[in-house]
Amino acid sequence: MVAIQVPDNLRRVLDVDGKIVPGARVPTIAEEELVRIYETMRSVRLVDERMMRIQRQGKLAFYMKSTGEEATHMSVVPLRKDDWIYPSYREQGAWFWRGYSLEDFLNQHFGNSKDVTKGRQMPVHHSANWLNMVSISSPVGTQIPQAVGTAMGMKISGTDQVAMTFFGEGTSSMGDFHVGMNFAGVTKAPVIFIIRNNGWAISVPLEKQTAAQSFASKAVGYGMPGVRVDGNDVLAVIQVAAEAAERARAGLGPTLIEAVTYRVEGHSSSDDPSVYRNPAEPAAWGPRDPLTRMSLYLKGRDLWSDDIETTLLEKVNDEFSHYLKLAEDLGAPDIETLFEDVFDEMPWHLQEQRKYLLAQARTKNPHIHN
Amino acid sequence: MPTMNIIQAVNSALRIQMAREPKAVILGEDVGKFGGVFRATSGLYDEFGEDRVIDTPLAEAGIIGTAIGMAVYGMRPIPEIQFSDFIFPAFDQIVNEMAKFRYRSGGQYPCPVVIRTPVGGGIRGGHYHSQSPEALFIHTPGLKVVLPSNPYDAKGLLLSCLQQDDPVLFMEPKKIYRASRGEVPDEAYTVELGKAKIVREGEQVTLIGYGAMVSIMEEAAIKAEEIGISCEVIDLRTLLPFDLETLVESVNKTGRAVVVHEAPKTCGFGAELASSLYERCLGVLEAPIERVAGFDTPFPYSLEHEYMPNADRVIGAIRKTLEW
Repeated sequence: MVAIQVPDNLRRVLDVDGKIVPGARVPTIAEEELVRIYETMRSVRLVDERMMRIQRQGKLAFYMKSTGEEATHMSVVPLRKDDWIYPSYREQGAWFWRGYSLEDFLNQHFGNSKDVTKGRQMPVHHSANWLNMVSISSPVGTQIPQAVGTAMGMKISGTDQVAMTFFGEGTSSMGDFHVGMNFAGVTKAPVIFIIRNNGWAISVPLEKQTAAQSFASKAVGYGMPGVRVDGNDVLAVIQVAAEAAERARAGLGPTLIEAVTYRVEGHSSSDDPSVYRNPAEPAAWGPRDPLTRMSLYLKGRDLWSDDIETTLLEKVNDEFSHYLKLAEDLGAPDIETLFEDVFDEMPWHLQEQRKYLLAQARTKNPHIHN
Repeated sequence: MPTMNIIQAVNSALRIQMAREPKAVILGEDVGKFGGVFRATSGLYDEFGEDRVIDTPLAEAGIIGTAIGMAVYGMRPIPEIQFSDFIFPAFDQIVNEMAKFRYRSGGQYPCPVVIRTPVGGGIRGGHYHSQSPEALFIHTPGLKVVLPSNPYDAKGLLLSCLQQDDPVLFMEPKKIYRASRGEVPDEAYTVELGKAKIVREGEQVTLIGYGAMVSIMEEAAIKAEEIGISCEVIDLRTLLPFDLETLVESVNKTGRAVVVHEAPKTCGFGAELASSLYERCLGVLEAPIERVAGFDTPFPYSLEHEYMPNADRVIGAIRKTLEW
């Protein structure tokens, strides 16, 4: 039997000064990888700023920043390439860590002819089967039972793969959260649930989402361990994810991880947080910035410096500008792609509708009728 | 050749698929040890084990949500929803997720889930064990919808569904689950999807329907013949993509059509069929296309036989097209 723990304190590895907390379980990570972890988080911060700027310039329909939550994305660090991830819409770092390129990222946002999802979804809804990263869905929580299903499939197939899924604390109010957690508990599926508790579901604060003492405590009801981790402490996030992955691979079943963090900015480009929350709240967030903490830690180990950071930012900025230009210049996907991938083979009624649209697109008479 | 009813035919198809496809998994409420409340999965738990014939927790959104995750991962899940009346907790997973996975991923993630679910009234089941919600799913881009009327087609169509890569809602007419019997080969065979079947040839009126309504239409056609009216009866079998070509050919011959389904009339599938036929056959039509359907009320308990289409109502519609 698995011991059920009701979590109280946050798991931590780094204090706010970037020093190892005494007695902490520190993840084993090579120096180059530690640097890469920070580089990914720092790049996300920069990319988010540039993306929001181009959104405000009217070039993008929509964007969602993840400022303050970059450390939670790094839950994927302990995973293997053959593990599967069902992301939510605020884990940019998870994509970049797995190898999703800035080029793919920008093409998706512009829904252009090189977008791997063929312009089928609004910005931020990526999908990459070569990385085992599954399509992002706007309705929240649908990915939870799906991730469990993938994990059940892994178990049935006798592999030692694991599935990981991300969602916000607001999503824990959805039926799919309950359903997915319950299926995982009962089937002992090798799945890891990451709740990014950033305090806000658009305009609704966390105390209006639950009366429970924590989100991690919900794990008790599903017969799995619940872990509360400091979501601004990237090494702690990686450590608890590594423990959960090890548990899952050993056949011990699922783990719920609540990463306590903070949504520093709005939900998306479409809302104004000053309408619903006290501006003093994000202003007080400063010392908890996950980037500061990790960079202090790396500097303390002589693995990072302000100069290296400047070089990184220049490189990412240049790369961003390069792929932005390419993404902007590409047109929309070919009109025929509108009808592809609805089914494996196109049935007669879609062929008929495609023929009509193509005829209308090619004629000088827009009033053509099927 | 053995004689089977629809449940036995479905069971036979499932057994064949489970034996030949190691990635096939059956999941749902009571599908394991008990073999399903209608016994469609009877014996499969003992034969293929609890890992592949899974008694799930009682939650339709979980059954379909996990089936989607299995399919996206490369498995071939065959979930059962115990009654199609209970499908709605999974509606979001079906219409927003399962049906759209291939499309919204740009073709990267096919989602070959085949959902089996009993459908229709006439079993004294009241509102929550009798509905026919097919139109909601036919209206969902990305889903195939299949509804057989007899054991041979049930097995052949189900095996076809299990061999292709699109999500399917496979609806089984529960009123005739046991009543409909016929010769069914023990071995594997397929009935092509998207092809209707002319079950009775005739000259004056085309009757179009599916599932439990096919035998009602046949009964009406026999009675109509006694009063000198010749009816052609078409079993649609696949509702999406539906076989418009066969319907058009028949209506071009007869000049009259009656569409029959149990589901409520307004925005029912009959409206789509009638509209499609008007677009193509208006010039040859001798009368407006008639619809015989369930009423636009919730499905009743005590008055279910008054609610459901029957042969007399179909004959009434046939006469109307002739007397117009």
